[in-house]
Amino acid sequence: MIKIKTFKRGGIHPDDKKLTKEVPIEEFPIPDKVYIPLTQNLGAPPEPIVKKGDFVKTGQLIAEAKSFVSANVHSSVTGIVEKIDEHIDVSGYRKLTIIINAEKTDNWVEDIDTSNNIVREIKIKNKSEIINKIREKGIVGMGGATFPTHVKLSIPEGKKCDYLIINGVECEPYLTSDHRLMLEKGEEILIGAKILMLALDVNTCYIGIENNKPDAINHLLELSKNYEGIIIQPLKLKYPQGAEKQLIYAITGREVPSGGLPIDVGCIVQNVGTTYAVYEAVQKNKPLIYRIVTVSGEGFIGKNFLVRIGTPIKLLINSVIGDQNYNFTSIISGGPMMGKALISTEVPVTKGTSGILLFKDYKEQKLYPCIKCAKCVMVCPMGLMPSLLEKLIANERIEEAHKNNVLDCIECGCCEYTCPSFRPLLEYIRLGKNKVLQMLKSKKN
Amino acid sequence: MLIIAISAIVLSILAIIFAFLIFFIDKKFKVEENPKIDEVQELLPGVNCGACGYPGCRGFAEAIINKNSLENLFCPVGGNETMKKISNLLGLEIEEKLPQIAVIRCNGSITNAPPKVKYEGIKNCSFANLLFIGESGCPYGCLKLGDCVRACLFDAIYLDKDTGLPKVVEEKCTACGACVKACPRNIIELRNKGPKNRRIYVSCVNKEKGVIAKKNCNVACIGCGRCVKVCSFNAIKLENNLAYIDYNLCRLCRKCVEVCPTGAIIEVNFPPKKSNLIQADEQINTTL
Repeated sequence: MIKIKTFKRGGIHPDDKKLTKEVPIEEFPIPDKVYIPLTQNLGAPPEPIVKKGDFVKTGQLIAEAKSFVSANVHSSVTGIVEKIDEHIDVSGYRKLTIIINAEKTDNWVEDIDTSNNIVREIKIKNKSEIINKIREKGIVGMGGATFPTHVKLSIPEGKKCDYLIINGVECEPYLTSDHRLMLEKGEEILIGAKILMLALDVNTCYIGIENNKPDAINHLLELSKNYEGIIIQPLKLKYPQGAEKQLIYAITGREVPSGGLPIDVGCIVQNVGTTYAVYEAVQKNKPLIYRIVTVSGEGFIGKNFLVRIGTPIKLLINSVIGDQNYNFTSIISGGPMMGKALISTEVPVTKGTSGILLFKDYKEQKLYPCIKCAKCVMVCPMGLMPSLLEKLIANERIEEAHKNNVLDCIECGCCEYTCPSFRPLLEYIRLGKNKVLQMLKSKKN
Repeated sequence: MLIIAISAIVLSILAIIFAFLIFFIDKKFKVEENPKIDEVQELLPGVNCGACGYPGCRGFAEAIINKNSLENLFCPVGGNETMKKISNLLGLEIEEKLPQIAVIRCNGSITNAPPKVKYEGIKNCSFANLLFIGESGCPYGCLKLGDCVRACLFDAIYLDKDTGLPKVVEEKCTACGACVKACPRNIIELRNKGPKNRRIYVSCVNKEKGVIAKKNCNVACIGCGRCVKVCSFNAIKLENNLAYIDYNLCRLCRKCVEVCPTGAIIEVNFPPKKSNLIQADEQINTTL
């Protein structure tokens, strides 16, 4: 019997509503046009190396990262570059995007292995070569933060990594893309984990999975018998179990210090989606041009799609709800807890889009005054005081908010979820984080 | 009786001891301060708005006395009058400044730039600016959530109910610049009030290409450059698809207002033009 672990402080239990967990991944057809934004990673955007009228093959490099904290972008289709112009992104702001008119059939770049065979023997054994390969293929964290993976794998000098943790928690309600990936590409994920273990030079790898996915846990347990050093760790159903710092605590019992990084306690966390992308890059030479997106929501089941990066989300929505008369009031990119409401359906799928959720009949909640019940303090997984931070930030007392560790907030939204007065706690905290960063920046200068 | 007498005596003795103590401390630890600081402070408006760049009126008065000159020191709230009084008091020379006013350079009202989505977050422009492009889809336009209204110490800005946009009350605005700092999109600018309060300005800060700007807002500056051509005083500059009128060079001839195809250039406090009056008369005649 394996012990089920969890983190100690705070957390909530939202209804998990995994409607699409039985729906197999379906490959989404090639769209007529793809919109590939340059800014798909945290850090500096890469620079385009194609121009209007160029013919590009599937998997060809179209934008090159010039700085270290940046990621390459590859074409997800075969076709002719229509233009490089501004197109709206998740926040509605117009960002530089490469627009490609796609052909119906794929013409892959020659050295990419497009077969479905599982390549078990690891092709690259050298540590720095693996990291270079990952960098070349433009892999970023697929959990949503889109931090370039090669940066995370490059451990600074003087620090040692003890554990690799693969994040298969998927604690957000509705989303099932990681769950389906673990069921359908389990062995590939384990090989990917082995590659990451080589790259980090560690002997132990944990795969953390929440226990609302018993099928995935059993499937990976069965497979992991052939892979030495990989341990499957079931975790208690609790939000935000999949947050990096909470996951590290749950599995290893180590606490990341305030303002620190996971590597400070000898851990590196990677998402299962990223691990699969690493497998594809190293074993099959395939760049990151696909991702799995859950399309679900209120009042219908939805689907899990294997989508090419750059597909407009309106195509995904149309193919799921089709002719049904469905009037949604909000579209959310990501999960319902941390996702972002979209202002248009023209937005393309990027490397960080884990789900598209549709909701209807949104009722505006009336705001009530804070009754000081301290529910938000109880549920905060970082041990902060959201009610206090809200007041400090609303009254522009930014330095005091900084002293109360506003920068430690992981923006999980537990406080706002639990507040009986419907206070906009997280919104003020996000504003406060931004203002504190601005303040620190101006102090530095 | 005795108890009352004792307490009265003890308290009186204590009072006398403390009085001497206070007297002694006041003499011994007296802070030497120029009495002129108080005199200057008396002349200042006393709102402590910080528009001069110093922490409150006292800080400003101290700065004047310490520097012993009025160079680069100006109280926009008190204006030239206050500065003249101070110069008379101290015998220093002042540089006179033209009175200024805060101008909101966006006309993307509910009708001119209709909202495409509904924002339900907190009523705070800085947050909305971080979060998304804005309800109208203009990345430079006013978010209509009132950061400038909250920043104003003089109650001189309010959100107009019909347009949704902030509006400056001319009589109350002191050009302290608090709203300029508060606006996350740098829409508000301090401009010269102009003769008889007459002003002309480009009411748009959108730097996008004309087509895109026009798509989101009917009164956006599309960067066509007609105003630049028609201006005889070289007062208008066109940069990044956006026209800007230099208020020091503008002679208020209103030619640019006439040629602007979108109506992005706005004139304030001008009497209606004669030709317009005639047209209006004709209209009335025809309807009659």
